[in-house]
Amino acid sequence: MVTLGAIVLVIIKVLLALGVIMTAIAYITLMERKVLAFLQVRLGPNRVGPWGLLQPLADGIKLLFKEEITVAGADKVLYLLAPAVVMVCALLPFAVVPFGKGIVGESFLGIPLDQFDLGKGILADIDTGILFIFAISSLSVYGVVLGGWASNNKYSLLGATRASAQMISYELALGMSVVGVLLLTGSLSLVKIVEDQDWIWKWNCFRQPLAFLIFLIAGSAEVCRTPFDFVECENELVAGYQTEYSSMKFGMFYLAEYGHLLLLSSLVTTLFLGGWQGPILPPFVWFSAKVFFMLFFFIWIRGTYPRLRYDKLMHFGWKVLLPASLVNVVATAVIYSLYLGGKA
Amino acid sequence: MEALFFYLFGGLALISSFFVIFLRKPVHNAVALIFTFFCLAGLYLILGAEFVAMIQVLVYAGAIMVLFLFVIMLLNLEEEEAIEGRGNKFRRWLGGFAAVVVFLLLAPVWLMQALPVVKGTFPPEKVQELGNTVWIARLLFTDYLLPFEVASVLLLAAIVGAVFFAMKRM
Repeated sequence: MVTLGAIVLVIIKVLLALGVIMTAIAYITLMERKVLAFLQVRLGPNRVGPWGLLQPLADGIKLLFKEEITVAGADKVLYLLAPAVVMVCALLPFAVVPFGKGIVGESFLGIPLDQFDLGKGILADIDTGILFIFAISSLSVYGVVLGGWASNNKYSLLGATRASAQMISYELALGMSVVGVLLLTGSLSLVKIVEDQDWIWKWNCFRQPLAFLIFLIAGSAEVCRTPFDFVECENELVAGYQTEYSSMKFGMFYLAEYGHLLLLSSLVTTLFLGGWQGPILPPFVWFSAKVFFMLFFFIWIRGTYPRLRYDKLMHFGWKVLLPASLVNVVATAVIYSLYLGGKA
Repeated sequence: MEALFFYLFGGLALISSFFVIFLRKPVHNAVALIFTFFCLAGLYLILGAEFVAMIQVLVYAGAIMVLFLFVIMLLNLEEEEAIEGRGNKFRRWLGGFAAVVVFLLLAPVWLMQALPVVKGTFPPEKVQELGNTVWIARLLFTDYLLPFEVASVLLLAAIVGAVFFAMKRM
């Protein structure tokens, strides 16, 4: 029986998660600037608040109060739709990422916790969690394509074409690299994948090292991070598909970019680093710590490597990463069925 | 609850498919079609077919429509050209005829008060037992292995064909 209390609780849970995610995204922008500054022996933002801690707030206010410009030749509807699509596609997948073990206990304030996954450390525990994430993130390419096309600008269109070609190409390798993990776990559910990695040598980064590497590379290409940031290759394309966007519409593209980075870090944590599993400290702390480490790792990479060349990128994606991930799937399947004895 | 979501997704699917037909710009049509696919995935979810719903979004909305959009954008199909294409009289008659035939085929269903209940081999309870991913995998690799393999050969042929045309250009 669905009670009103349960519905209220579920809404509170979702809003709480959304608040945490949005705050985290805002502070990742600061973290990136700070860490990059550290890597380049600079100080980074340090004027707004202590250690620049209020910088994201100042940035947000600045973006909100900037003038909205809609280009005259733009397709108005799609021009408005594109940032929204990108933002939604960046936030929606967090619904199936398990961030904790869940509450012990049957009820809260007299409301039974067995409905709507209320007692679990995840917003929606669905059977096909990983497919849901891939399905939604495959839609985020539309935001890029439509934004680039609707701006009616040749740099935007070129940037969009490039970005979507890159995202589609690397999505394949990304998907195939996860298949090895799915084979070992025997389930598409992210909750089960985390529960399966209950000790450090059972973490999938040790059981599936090749898949881990491919996932990291294809993942950073998927969210368009350096060395794969051709989307906004400023010396060739001005700013790619977001050239004509200003004010908060640009802000949404910007936030979605960091949202994708946070999602990628959470996914790496969930799939390969044991999710919330860990001794002594509470599960949510472990999860956050691992995500934080992955974020640092991606920023570190950005501070270290130069941008690739575009044709090299496509060659690498199709001729190295995809075959390697296929080999990984075949090898995992053979070893699994011959030596480990399939359980499913 | 289920009825609410059914009318929501069903209604949105209907409205957006009207948009697919009546909007003027080809890119808008394509976007409306993507939205229709998304709503259909919602309907599959209500039926308890999670796997099919995800694949619907992943393959139709996420992959196939990207190619459509690419072609439309790169050819830069303008409004006038698209309308010119619609001017063909024979095509119009053909379209009208097809619509009437589909309507006649569906009319009996509409007139029926309630559909006769036929229990299939896979009632929801049986599917819930193992989850529908496991069931689909099991059936694909046992009972329907041959059709599955034939379909993959077909896809392989398409890939070879695409490579052949690409090589010719180079």
